[in-house]
Amino acid sequence: MQQSQPLKKTINPKPMTEGVKKQLLFRLLLVALLSLLATGLGYAVLSLPSSAPGLSELVAENLETSGVSNPVTAVLLNFRAYDTLLELGVLLLALLGVWSFGAVPERRESFPGPVLDTLSRLLVPLLILVAGYLLWVGAHAPGGAFQAGSVLGAAGVLLLLAGWRPGARFVGLPLRITLVAGLGVFVIVSAVLILVGGRLLEYPPSFAATLILLIEAAATLSIGITLAALFIGGRPEAGPNN
Amino acid sequence: METVTLLQWAFDVVLGFSLLWIAWLALTSLDLFRAIVLFIAFGLLMALAWVRLDAPDVALAEAAIGAGLTGALLLAALARLESNNATKPTPEKDHQPEAHD
Amino acid sequence: MSHVFLYALVGVGLFTLGLYALIVHPHLLRKILAINVMGSGVFLMLVALGRRTPGTLPDPVPHAMAITGIVVAISATALALALMLRVQVETGRAELPEEPLE
Repeated sequence: MQQSQPLKKTINPKPMTEGVKKQLLFRLLLVALLSLLATGLGYAVLSLPSSAPGLSELVAENLETSGVSNPVTAVLLNFRAYDTLLELGVLLLALLGVWSFGAVPERRESFPGPVLDTLSRLLVPLLILVAGYLLWVGAHAPGGAFQAGSVLGAAGVLLLLAGWRPGARFVGLPLRITLVAGLGVFVIVSAVLILVGGRLLEYPPSFAATLILLIEAAATLSIGITLAALFIGGRPEAGPNN
Repeated sequence: METVTLLQWAFDVVLGFSLLWIAWLALTSLDLFRAIVLFIAFGLLMALAWVRLDAPDVALAEAAIGAGLTGALLLAALARLESNNATKPTPEKDHQPEAHD
Repeated sequence: MSHVFLYALVGVGLFTLGLYALIVHPHLLRKILAINVMGSGVFLMLVALGRRTPGTLPDPVPHAMAITGIVVAISATALALALMLRVQVETGRAELPEEPLE
């Protein structure tokens, strides 16, 4: 923050009056255009009818066959499960993108301090418990794989902040298998369903609850580990010698 | 009944303006650290807005991700940005620092 | 006119605010923040307009889309931050060059 101020001045050695005038004109034009955009969007929003059922009735009608009683989980894992499937793919792709920039930068060696150390020891088991609870309760109340996965990811971030690093034994194949578990289980389930029933991700109602829980458990694990891995900001190296 | 709806309206209006105000502060603050902390506060207010819109599922996701994890990611990136700045005052290509342990 | 439209309008405001900041600020971290604010505005508008159901229960489909969107937004943010750090390593600065206006 301190450095950016003098830096900026050296970047713009142009005659100031001309530049400032153009800058001001540009800003005014921008504000005018954006006000126009905001007015248009606001008008579009206000011109919508004040009552629209949307798809809520359709969801409510089919909720019994979905295997869960929380409508949001039913939409995420059953009615529009392909959204979630692709979204797990996006998460994995983002991690691949981050990893492609190289290994973890090895310069943060700060000592966490006793408070953070104790706090992480107390909180991480609790966060894992909360993640499990959210995963289980998602079938019939607010919660589900994404919430549980992000709590798990928060636990991982806390551990990383407290100075913990994944050991060499975990970094190789086990880490990669955990990362793709969510997407993998999802793809396997949908492939099996296509072979059995002929339709993509159309669960038989008697198995729906089990299949959803299976997919959600794998997705939770993958989302949590992926978020923690994104926090590391690079590919963890396999061994201490390279 | 009247006072309850009036209170709810007041709450909605205050929350709406706080959202816009905090977003404005976060996006215009000169200090990057301050901007990120304001952005985390913005995420928490968003979680409140989700609750007001009867979307507790989204509120849970926003509280965990929007307020917690995004903030951690942004702060870690800022720390790396500044440590890069401190170790390399001149923009030079060779990044082969001292022998690594 | 109910509080639903108030939140939808706040969403419009956040989107516009984010777009302004995205265009104006040269620093990449600020641009990433601005994109996140824009995304929050879109989600707010989506969920608010999904609340226009006649009954007491909201439409769950926009909720599911918003949850998906939030997770996609954080993964995109992480990728953008990694790109930003890479830009800084390559050029020494985490800002876009200030082009002179023609």
